[in-house]
Amino acid sequence: MGKVLKLAARNLARYRRRTLLTSALIVLGMVAVLVFIAVSGSFKRLIVGQITDSMLGHVQVHQRGYVASIDNLPLNLNLKPEAVAQVEDALKGIEAVEASSPRLKFGAMFSNFTETTSIRLNGIDPAREAATVPLLPGRVIEGAAANGLLERGTLLVPEILARGMKLKVGDTVVLVATNLDGSVNGKTFTVRGVLAGVTGPGGRDGYLHLEDARELLRMTGAEVSEIAVRLKDPDRLKPAFAALAARLGTVRDSQGQPVFEVHTWEGLSPFANIARMIDLLDLSIKVMLVAIVLISVMNVMVMAVYERVREIGTVSAIGTRPGRILALFVSEGLLLGVLGTAIGTLLSLGIVYGLNVARITFAFGREEGLVLAPTLGGADVGVVCATVIAVAVLASLQPAWKAARMDPIQALRHI
Amino acid sequence: MPLIEAQQLAKSYQAGDVAVQAIKGVDFTIAPASFVCFVGPSGSGKSTLLNMIGCLDHPSAGRLTVLDTDVATLDRRAAADFRGANIGFIFQDFNLIPVLTAYENIEYPLLMVQDWPAEKRRARVIELLEAVGMTDQADKRPDQLSGGQKQRVAVARALATNAKLVLADEPTANLDHDTAYRIIALMKTMRDEFGTTFVFSTHDPKIMREAEVTFTLEDGRLVNGGAHG
Repeated sequence: MGKVLKLAARNLARYRRRTLLTSALIVLGMVAVLVFIAVSGSFKRLIVGQITDSMLGHVQVHQRGYVASIDNLPLNLNLKPEAVAQVEDALKGIEAVEASSPRLKFGAMFSNFTETTSIRLNGIDPAREAATVPLLPGRVIEGAAANGLLERGTLLVPEILARGMKLKVGDTVVLVATNLDGSVNGKTFTVRGVLAGVTGPGGRDGYLHLEDARELLRMTGAEVSEIAVRLKDPDRLKPAFAALAARLGTVRDSQGQPVFEVHTWEGLSPFANIARMIDLLDLSIKVMLVAIVLISVMNVMVMAVYERVREIGTVSAIGTRPGRILALFVSEGLLLGVLGTAIGTLLSLGIVYGLNVARITFAFGREEGLVLAPTLGGADVGVVCATVIAVAVLASLQPAWKAARMDPIQALRHI
Repeated sequence: MPLIEAQQLAKSYQAGDVAVQAIKGVDFTIAPASFVCFVGPSGSGKSTLLNMIGCLDHPSAGRLTVLDTDVATLDRRAAADFRGANIGFIFQDFNLIPVLTAYENIEYPLLMVQDWPAEKRRARVIELLEAVGMTDQADKRPDQLSGGQKQRVAVARALATNAKLVLADEPTANLDHDTAYRIIALMKTMRDEFGTTFVFSTHDPKIMREAEVTFTLEDGRLVNGGAHG
């Protein structure tokens, strides 16, 4: 086989123009695919990071039925203290979990004494929330977070509301909320900061201290609406989710129904669909690459066979076995694929490096200045290279088979 | 014991709707290490006969044995193996592989047909380049060689695997007269040196006189039984 490969390499080197043209096509396809994968992957990671690290977390745990009614922020579907303890216990037993944050979500009336509007609020433990969604402090665009994200009696107001009601840091506002039993309670707060809005669910919510929220809602127990979870490695979302869902799935109510529901960020954010579209685009580009390689290599190999009919007749006449002729042409296809992938990979790595050096920024929704940081994983490169080489071999099979089956007499007569 | 023996050998093929009888029941024998020529006008069946002797084509009837092998029994792969082991070819158009040098063309059957080890291959190619007087042209490609030089390389390639039989279909047709003589002389020298049987075809009366045994074909029939020159 080594001899055949050597001869195939020599043939490719000496049919230089054809080899360069085909390799260039493969390289072009490789670069298009790998750079697209790197850039789209970076875009996806950035946006997913924005969503998970500034509001959602990677996984959320609710009482069963809460998510279906999440738009109403139902207080009657909160996790009771004993359920919260069960979830906290389960999270402690999962190695992949980095942090978790309990949240009490509710709707309230928001007044600056001259105007009143509605607001969606999250009662949080500031330290645990910052550990779970570390980009949240960065969303505070006005007001200092010198002593932590929040203190008792203070409020982080969404930017859209602050602008509309002309609120400044230090202003006093009133929150009026309806309790679980239907009674109403009010409490004054100081605006501690203004939060930049982000795209996605909860992106325009206000924040207050968890204890303030319970006080406002006159809750006696340590109920929460959800527990957001941050994972050490977001790429291990699925196994971590499966482990948590399995643990909590064993907790049943008196009717034998599961008490909890567990969701990944993908199940809670519409961006998951965009992420899936990006994956689909990746796949489409890969299919296009396969087509490019298939057509270019097949075209070249068909031409090679056609141009070398007499050569095939000669080598066949002097005793070259049909299998060796087949192997020779397949080897040429294989080497074209290897050459194209090697150059394509190097060029792609160079371009990706250049993009990182250039620090290209882009805006997504209201977020601006997101820095594109494309990377190429070994798995992606490996899959694309293996696909290209396999397709190059596949494309050369038919012409090679034709060459191997050629009648030497007819081939020798070919003009 | 003859090297080649044909008994009532016939070959017919279909050309459109017409059945063409290219060889019509010929009988002949060729002894080892002989220098044999088939002559006859175009269409007389010379190439068809050489193709059958070279196991490139099967007889339609009769029996043809080459080196004690009935060529009709060989399938595609066995025929390739048989040719690779026993038969060398020289073509009218030289048929050297255009991207390979003279050296590499001679080396090709040793590399791709018989899997000789590198050192042995190198020694054999150098020996043959010397034998055909092409040592100083070893690194040239066919398009850098004259017709006579190409045919010398082709002779060397045909002999590379120590073939017992070399078939040459009109080996001098594309050469000028002097070069044609030199090629035939070279073939004869190679026969003397290596003991290889050379069977060639020509329609050039002057070239045919160089053969030791001449068979004349007319319309698919042998009109002499192998005249000795």
